[in-house]
Amino acid sequence: MTDQTANQSRYNRLFEKLAKKNQGAFVPFVTLCDPNLELSFKIIQCLVESGADALELGFPFSDPIADGPVIQAASIRALQAGSSNQKCFDLIARVRQAYSEIPIGLLLYSNLVVATGIESFYEKANEAGVDSILIADVPIIESQAFCEIAQKHQIAPIFIATPNASAETLRQVAENGKGYTYLLSRAGTTGTEVKAEMPVDNILNQLRQNNASPPLLGLGSPIPNRSKKPLA
Amino acid sequence: MKHNARYFGEFGGMFVPELLVPALQQLEQAFNSSQDDAEFAKEFSDLLNNYAGRPTPLTLTRNLSPNDKVKIYLKREDLLHGGAHKTNQVLGQALLAKRMNKTEIIAETGAGQHGVATAIACALLGLKCRVYMGEKDCARQQPNVFRMRLLGAEVIPVTAGSGTLKDAVNEALRDWSSSYQDAHYLLGTAAGPHPYPTMVREFQKMIGEEVHQQIIQHEGKLPDYAIACVGGGSNAIGLFHEFLPHESVKLIGVEPAGKGLDTDHHGATLNKGKKGILHGTYTYVMQDSDGQIEESYSVSAGLDYPAVGPQHAFLKDSGRVDYVSVTDQQALDAFELLSKSEGIIPALESSHALAYALVLAESLQQEATIVVNLSGRGDKDLDYVRRLKEESSHD
Repeated sequence: MTDQTANQSRYNRLFEKLAKKNQGAFVPFVTLCDPNLELSFKIIQCLVESGADALELGFPFSDPIADGPVIQAASIRALQAGSSNQKCFDLIARVRQAYSEIPIGLLLYSNLVVATGIESFYEKANEAGVDSILIADVPIIESQAFCEIAQKHQIAPIFIATPNASAETLRQVAENGKGYTYLLSRAGTTGTEVKAEMPVDNILNQLRQNNASPPLLGLGSPIPNRSKKPLA
Repeated sequence: MKHNARYFGEFGGMFVPELLVPALQQLEQAFNSSQDDAEFAKEFSDLLNNYAGRPTPLTLTRNLSPNDKVKIYLKREDLLHGGAHKTNQVLGQALLAKRMNKTEIIAETGAGQHGVATAIACALLGLKCRVYMGEKDCARQQPNVFRMRLLGAEVIPVTAGSGTLKDAVNEALRDWSSSYQDAHYLLGTAAGPHPYPTMVREFQKMIGEEVHQQIIQHEGKLPDYAIACVGGGSNAIGLFHEFLPHESVKLIGVEPAGKGLDTDHHGATLNKGKKGILHGTYTYVMQDSDGQIEESYSVSAGLDYPAVGPQHAFLKDSGRVDYVSVTDQQALDAFELLSKSEGIIPALESSHALAYALVLAESLQQEATIVVNLSGRGDKDLDYVRRLKEESSHD
């Protein structure tokens, strides 16, 4: 798993396979170690056995500013159950051992990476079998240090294409993001009501023009998990 | 080393969800353009002078100093409308919100001082105001909750996490990520993502500028020491900024040591924290080895914050400012001493700066002049201190 090139990554193989079948990807999100280590593994097993095309797994963090109450509560449960960064990596390694081909993406916050050491964090992620990392509070403008080290360790950096992004930001999201592009169609945090959904056609067009990695739509729907809607 | 406006040396930055970057950039542009606009400057100084009561006096204490050779001056931000220095920068940001055609204001508050100042500015300027406040702080600072509501603000208690200032900031950021089109997030201190640390400093720097003029009038020379308490760090940077180029002025920031730096109950981020990222900025943060944020503690709600403004982190590492700490008990003793010796009841936050000034004054052998930023008045703390005294007399 350490010898991937951009052309033969798990994400690429997945998207090629789905394209042949003319299908979108279903990528569920859960927080690692929620509600505890053992049940978390069973939940992830269940997701894969039920047909998840890829996984998005969250590292618990004490102050998740981009997430709403549902995911914050999951983080708190996991931390109270004794979660740690190392236990999360160990859990991912178990998942990877059980499922060698499913793409595994992480969603987490910058301080976990910085406290571990950026280099060391990406190295551990790679060893555990992670394919991509999205840092919720590292926007394109602050991403350089993270991107360079991510690629050194064969981890795809994921960026978010937002409805309010400038053309220049979308161009950089396309250029720097690997694996897939996280498409956001709405303002607000995860799992909360918002005033309006925004049209995604315009963002999609700009991403296509810039040859961005395939988009996955973040639903952020007010149901008890974050899930992504397939995009044909 | 990063050389751009977002950073102070290695500290600072804009570590927020991508969604908030355009809102911060809009704010940065509005702030930058306001700094070259004479009309903006005129309206801001009109509000400061004729509404808030600037300039505030610089008072030479008569009875406080424990050392005849040492003069202690107080910069009287406690006399500002609203009862603390917070009003300065709130008026600046509220004017910016109007400039950006925003109609709503979101704020977080710890002690309630920033919330009250924000509610005041919103009442005056016709902005709709909602304030996030940790439920523990709501209980500690009941009078300020009532004040905010009286001024027309909506106060939203935050139950998540530790129910204190950091959780209120989390909620305010979450609110802003769905409301940025109509709402301005009026952050209360010189911390958070760029441009807040710079903008808040620029809207507080008149504190130091006035002190400079006033001390020259009183003493004919610069002070030897300028001392301020540091939670997020807005009153301290407001005092220090003017004196940064004047190397002869020793600058001292005072952090809350709570029950002691060697206990788990303190908020001395610069003394005991590690470099990390919280609320959008790379700075010193109280955290465990995994990077989970630790809960801070202080008798003073306004200093109870596990991070600190990035410019303070820079000034610590550069050595230009010394960051020391005093305990709850030292601050409470200073609170009483100033009340009895000068007839001024200070905020518990400001009492930390005062407590260190007393320690310093006692230790000095030579003649010296100390300026303490009395950043707020203590009315909001009366009930809390009374309860603490009752509890300790029962022990």
